[in-house]
Amino acid sequence: MRHPARPAAAGAATVTIYQPPVDPAARAGYDDGHPRRMGFFTDTSVCIGCKACEVACKEWNGVPEDGLNFLGQSYDNTGELGANTWRHVAFIEQQVPAQGGGDIRWLMSSDVCKHCTSAACLEVCPTGSLIRTEFGTVVVQQDICNGCGYCVTACPFGVIDKREDDGRVWKCTLCYDRISDGLQPACAQACPTQSIQFGALDDLRPRAAARVDELQARGVDAARLYGHDESDGVGGMGAFFLLLDEPEVYGLPPDPVSTTRDLPAMWRSAAKAAAVLVAAGIASFVR
Amino acid sequence: MKNSEQVLVPKADVRTYYDRPVLKAPVWKWYIPAYFFTGGLAGVSSVLGLGAQLTGRRRLRRATRVTALAAITASAGLLVADLGKPSRFHHMLRVAKVTSPMSVGSWLLAVYGPAAGLAAAPEVTGLFPRIGAVGGALAGLLGPAVATYTAVLVSDSAIPAWHEAHPYLPFVFGGGAAASAGGMALVVTPVAESGPARRMAVAGAVVELAATQLMEHQLGEVGEPYTEGPSGRLTKAAKVLIGAGALVTAVGGRRRTGAVTGGAMLVAGALVERLAVFHAGVQSAADPTAAVGPQRRRVAASARG
Repeated sequence: MRHPARPAAAGAATVTIYQPPVDPAARAGYDDGHPRRMGFFTDTSVCIGCKACEVACKEWNGVPEDGLNFLGQSYDNTGELGANTWRHVAFIEQQVPAQGGGDIRWLMSSDVCKHCTSAACLEVCPTGSLIRTEFGTVVVQQDICNGCGYCVTACPFGVIDKREDDGRVWKCTLCYDRISDGLQPACAQACPTQSIQFGALDDLRPRAAARVDELQARGVDAARLYGHDESDGVGGMGAFFLLLDEPEVYGLPPDPVSTTRDLPAMWRSAAKAAAVLVAAGIASFVR
Repeated sequence: MKNSEQVLVPKADVRTYYDRPVLKAPVWKWYIPAYFFTGGLAGVSSVLGLGAQLTGRRRLRRATRVTALAAITASAGLLVADLGKPSRFHHMLRVAKVTSPMSVGSWLLAVYGPAAGLAAAPEVTGLFPRIGAVGGALAGLLGPAVATYTAVLVSDSAIPAWHEAHPYLPFVFGGGAAASAGGMALVVTPVAESGPARRMAVAGAVVELAATQLMEHQLGEVGEPYTEGPSGRLTKAAKVLIGAGALVTAVGGRRRTGAVTGGAMLVAGALVERLAVFHAGVQSAADPTAAVGPQRRRVAASARG
């Protein structure tokens, strides 16, 4: 969220701000003929909290039941993303002086794996199970994953997790099978309000920028994009959002950073400590 | 610097989603912190083994080479046992990735483990002493890396108490490894030959205690898990064991009773210290304000310019 608010001007201004998305698929070695980078734009301002996305995802991907719970957290009885939850609808009830005289505001948002440009899960995976697809998305190869769990600690969004009875890690695939056949992901297909929009990222980003401008022009000052900015700590997200409050209100980290950004500094610290051990070894024997 | 930022957004004012964690808890079981201990013990034991090899201390050499092999064998068992699919352990070696400390570590162990085995085999069988010397040299040179890379492995995570500790954890782990390897050698080697082990043990304890103290001080709010709850209690126990162990070793380590007592305390302290670091990560991941607070302060600072 380096640019939390855009000027509430006409849509034309957003076109000049717009930068083409970096191409993680090309960086991963796919040749020039690979498809455009695909992703989600989730416009939470039109989410009605129906959870059709959660259901469609589970049905299409055969995702196991994730607990029939009453959490006491508004209409959210799902809780969080995890190995068995690849779409999660958050519900927030806020006491605010709303337009039209009401005093309760509902925020609803369908969360999903961000398919980061700099994906820490993929970078730390020691087996090569997590891969970048030709669509620029991040997918677990289930026949490779050995359940080491390293990606679980690396994800700055708490998305990927281990399925206990299975031993492997699971997360959203952005319906790799469906989009390979020219279909849209199950959640986007099922969304009745087009809150979840699927498409090429370089089509979605200007559309999202225009939508923010439109909302701000209508007086919704709090409207802002999350995950659209390639200068953020994860290099921009393949799944980005239009939010109506701070990201942390929805359970999203306000300034996520891929942990591997600091990896050179970490190795330098370890090299210094290893040098201290060598020196200690020599000093212990040579007096 | 840290203090002025803390005043900006007090912890209580950090907004969260029903206080639910932003990050996932580590799925690692106790096997992993136990491995950090056994890996460190093995690595610095090989350093002592190489020193003993070069200075003709036969009994110290034998003790440390056997310790290194036993500890690295236990390490392999712990690492495989922690996997969700243990039968796929060999998938660790299907790629080599510099962006994954676990991949780097797997390859490191793939070379170090056999080297430690070659070094220890002649000690037990009496055969091929020259191969033992080659194995001992290779294991001794790789030992410092085996003892410290695990700090990079934990730091390379989104968990604030682990990630932000990256300048200090290699010294905490390396110091603990030296204390435990020196301590173990003191327990299993006659005092006539354990002088280098005694010095290594005390030096390691001093480095470990200093690095832990510095880490707690520098991390501020992000480092709170190291001093609170289960991790805080383990940290305190480790400090007592390592501090007292170092004192006993320094004062009484030239006599058998002192060497065994001090050495055993250092070994135990190094194990408890790894458990403390592990639990600090668990506690940090469970606290949404630990992830959100510093990030919100960064955003506020960059908005101010």
